[in-house]
Amino acid sequence: MLISYNWLKEYVNIEISPSELADKITKSGIEVEMVESLNKGISGVVVGYVEECIQHPNADKLRVCKVDVGQGEVSQIVCGAPNVAQGQKVAVAVPGAVLPGNFKIKKAKLRGEESHGMICSLTELGVDTKLVPKEYATGIFVMPSDAEPGSDALEYLNLNDHVLELGLTPNRADCLNVIGVANEVAAILKQEVKLPNTSINTSEEKAEDFISVQIESLEDNPYYGAMIIRDVKIGPSPLWMQNRLMASGIRPINNIVDITNYVLLEYGQPLHAFDYNRLGSKEIVIRRATEGEHIQTLDDQDRKLKDTHLVITNGKDPIAVAGVMGGATSEVQSDTTNVLLEAAYFASGRVRAASKDLGLRSEASSRYEKGIDRNRVYAAAMRAASLMAELAGGKVAEGIVEAGKREVNTYSVKMDVSRMNNLLGTEITSEQTASIFKRLGFGYKESNGQFEVNVPSRRPDITIEADLIEEVGRIYGYDRIPTTYLLSEARPGGLTKNQAQRRNIRTYLEGAGLYQAVTYALTTPAKSTHFSFSDEKVYPISVAHPMSEERSTLRMSLLPQLLEVLQYNRNRSMEDLAIYEMGSVFINRQEVLKDLPEEYVFVSGAVTGVFNEHLWQGERKTVDFYVLKGILEGLMGELNLSERITYEAGEIENMHPGRTAIVKLDGISVGFVGQLHPALQKDLDVKDTYVFELNATSLLEKETDQIIYQTLPRYPSITRDIALVVDQELPAGDLTTVIQAAGGALLKEVNLFDLYEGDKMEAGKKSLAFSLKYFDPERTLTDEEVVTAHDRVLKSLEERFGAQLRK
Amino acid sequence: MKDRLEALKVEAIGQIKEAQDLKDLQAVKVAYLGKKGPITEVLKGMGKLSAEERPVIGAYANEVRDSIQQELDKKQSALEDAAIAEKLSKETIDVSLPGRPVKKGNPHPLTAVVTEIEDLFLSMGFTIAEGPEVETDYYNFEALNLPKGHPARDMQDSFFITEDILLRTQTSPVQARTMEKHEGEGPVKIISPGKVYRRDNDDATHSHQFMQIEGLVVDQNVRLSDLKGVLETFAKKMFGEDRKIRLRPSFFPFTEPSVEMDISCFKCSGKGCSICKQTGWIEILGAGMVHPNVLEMAGFDSKKYTGFAFGMGPERIAMLKYGIDDIRHFYANDIRFLKQFKNA
Ligand SMILES: [Zn+2]
Repeated sequence: MLISYNWLKEYVNIEISPSELADKITKSGIEVEMVESLNKGISGVVVGYVEECIQHPNADKLRVCKVDVGQGEVSQIVCGAPNVAQGQKVAVAVPGAVLPGNFKIKKAKLRGEESHGMICSLTELGVDTKLVPKEYATGIFVMPSDAEPGSDALEYLNLNDHVLELGLTPNRADCLNVIGVANEVAAILKQEVKLPNTSINTSEEKAEDFISVQIESLEDNPYYGAMIIRDVKIGPSPLWMQNRLMASGIRPINNIVDITNYVLLEYGQPLHAFDYNRLGSKEIVIRRATEGEHIQTLDDQDRKLKDTHLVITNGKDPIAVAGVMGGATSEVQSDTTNVLLEAAYFASGRVRAASKDLGLRSEASSRYEKGIDRNRVYAAAMRAASLMAELAGGKVAEGIVEAGKREVNTYSVKMDVSRMNNLLGTEITSEQTASIFKRLGFGYKESNGQFEVNVPSRRPDITIEADLIEEVGRIYGYDRIPTTYLLSEARPGGLTKNQAQRRNIRTYLEGAGLYQAVTYALTTPAKSTHFSFSDEKVYPISVAHPMSEERSTLRMSLLPQLLEVLQYNRNRSMEDLAIYEMGSVFINRQEVLKDLPEEYVFVSGAVTGVFNEHLWQGERKTVDFYVLKGILEGLMGELNLSERITYEAGEIENMHPGRTAIVKLDGISVGFVGQLHPALQKDLDVKDTYVFELNATSLLEKETDQIIYQTLPRYPSITRDIALVVDQELPAGDLTTVIQAAGGALLKEVNLFDLYEGDKMEAGKKSLAFSLKYFDPERTLTDEEVVTAHDRVLKSLEERFGAQLRK
Repeated sequence: MKDRLEALKVEAIGQIKEAQDLKDLQAVKVAYLGKKGPITEVLKGMGKLSAEERPVIGAYANEVRDSIQQELDKKQSALEDAAIAEKLSKETIDVSLPGRPVKKGNPHPLTAVVTEIEDLFLSMGFTIAEGPEVETDYYNFEALNLPKGHPARDMQDSFFITEDILLRTQTSPVQARTMEKHEGEGPVKIISPGKVYRRDNDDATHSHQFMQIEGLVVDQNVRLSDLKGVLETFAKKMFGEDRKIRLRPSFFPFTEPSVEMDISCFKCSGKGCSICKQTGWIEILGAGMVHPNVLEMAGFDSKKYTGFAFGMGPERIAMLKYGIDDIRHFYANDIRFLKQFKNA
């Protein structure tokens, strides 16, 4: 909402500057987002009188004018505006003047003719072209004839004004008009509000002889009032009114339309003026539109209506969409003489429906949607009618033809001063409270700190005690509220075990060289199902109204987005990357989503290109499967899960079929690790890329063993190395498992330390070397015991896999 | 005989001094002190001496032997030191060459900010509450005093999945869920960080996905002045001890009274600059006293219990703190961006 400082001053006495005022308004509850000076750096612009205006001898499009710029001084000015003419009062930038953009005016010669200054258009004076009245849009602005040559043109044009831009929260629709803001300012500055004069000398004629009003549903339209103003003369509205409209962001049209807009801004009451002679009947009927009914609106668009829309009709056809826009047929035009003025209260739901469906949001519709002051409708109608009489020479017929109830009863809300002080932490007295209510213009009764406050109809946001407490608090001043500390008993805060573990996972992965990424949860429907490792049927979850296909469906894996990150970076020539993300994925097993989907925290990583590098030592090692597996093994150690995790070769869509392992916890799949499918790598145009994905929720919900100290070995251990020849396809993990089982209690560690698959081996065979460590914490082992255990191991290996000791 | 010994001593010491390496030295040692060396030879001739002379010469011979041995030891350690010094000089490396890089990633700046805020409130006795990102209309709106058709729902255009299920537009549903779990018994003292979603076009200042951290305290006798105390502690810890805070009245459907908190600008300390848009104040968060309807809906007696809530945007705080000019940087994950937050 734009509020003119000068206009505001008409209703309330303000003795502080616009910026000081803005500061006070902001502090007491309505944020002033900006204070804009309408003077965009202008100086030296005066009123001039065009005494003479003749064709430029050397230029078709130029005129040479003699302009009286005050104090008897007449300057010759060359002007290119098509509408300049003798006898006009105009704004003249004299030599030495400065226009917006620090444009300095100097004496000049234009096509051989001296020019001492410039006659200005409103645009040249910094007014937004969209707001300039149409007749002056392409030329200079013509000022009223009573303007005094030589005087400050900015005063006439109200360009010394300031505009306050209010950022209104939805509860403060009462400040969507100048009088509403005046009430607020009056409360802040301890001043009174002076309301405009709405008295009218009505004519002999009676409005009811011209029109009848009928409402079909009082729920859709609780009140409708129609006034008749006869014999108006359409013309421009006075400059002061045009200035205020422009300052508020509205383009002046003609006096009648300007008056409806002016009163809209002043009272917050939307009004509409119909050309009475073009109504097509002598009755107004307000009803729902029929489905598919048409109306041509003021903007000459043909609109198709729905039965949720409310229309004003002449008993037969729609002549306006209620609260949204008037019809073209009954529009006020230059030949209009008789006006029907509509002042109504339409239900916000009806206005919202039509304005949304038709894509028409106007100053009027947005006010109906946010709620207007029911008890101000009549006063606004009187104000507009009186202005039509005053400024358009109209004769106002006696009375207002109405349907519905003109006013509603106000209500009261109770407030207890001690409860208020308990909530705010203050010691505000009953007297102070009473004076604040007085300033706000709220009626009240009080006894022993119990207030009963009569809420004015302009403040429907106040319904409960807390609302009144806020009113008192904000006018009292939040900066006067003390700073205290919670009285409640101190309890320790802290992370849950799960939260702490999630932090550990992040810290570990960062320590392992991975950077954390945060990506979007919404992706494309196709990508949403990639890398799924769920056995059950899952259904993608799409939002109903996505902003784009790219961001339409919830992810079931973090990997598609991490791969996008790799691509993004590769496109910027960064090809060696190691990243991870921890975030939610959404799994839905319902064909139709009725209950909330399952949400799991996943932790996933992607590493591509060089991982270990030491340039001058010539080391440059690209990532491989075992780099990622090593990272995961370390992570499982960190989570105290190492013993329960297994890695089994497996297949996942979009993964390399021979380089992927399913990660299992207690035999249940919790993720995978491996290389991207080469076809996908090619599609993404990335180097060999290895990824992992783990369901952290599943990992962390398992109870892990409490750490118990193991005594340090006091007796020596015995290590035996074996090199085995086995079939090439045999996974090393299978050998380890058998060795561990056969070794018995004395075998404490098994480590694979060599793999040989070279040409010294028989075809189809490979050699694996293990180091086995035996010991007993209680005593020194005998050779015999070790030999027995070790033989058991060798025997099992031979029996199970035909493994032979390598010679 | 004594002269002969004396001569041997001088000769031996002379050769010791001339030895170039340990090998030379060993040769000298064998030559003079060995079993077939001249001193032994001299001692063999002692039988010819008188009984008075014998012990004198014997003692003298031992003396000579010891002196030679001493010289040998001295020379040996000198030669050893020289050998070590030479070896070390050959082992010298160029310490100016770059070291082996240690692989180390770092948190995303949003995580860094969230963690810092979490730790701050944990130290004030808060716990962290979490909830689903896909929420019901009830928890996201209705339980927060935003019934269907409420105009404030316009303020946050939402991603609905079905009529009753949507991507949460705020982390406040976690507050509603937490209060409900407490079954009307205080105190509640939580913060809830998390991702939220709104139907916005992504641009420099808007993102359809962003983070929020909200806080909630419900107990008997919780006052607006206590909120001021908590927020002031937060602002000073987060933005510097000399920050001032300012509460401005505002509006949120789930609090009444509602406030917005500004901090004095950390760049210009209130004089006015581009960061604070010349006002000297920077808007940091929204807060307020929990609306009685919200308390009642969650099963708390609003006559007995009061509470406050606050909410802030980690993106905004990170942008202010690090001078980041475009919110999209957080979600593009340009590695050159991510690497800048090493010790965030
Ligand atoms: Zn500043």
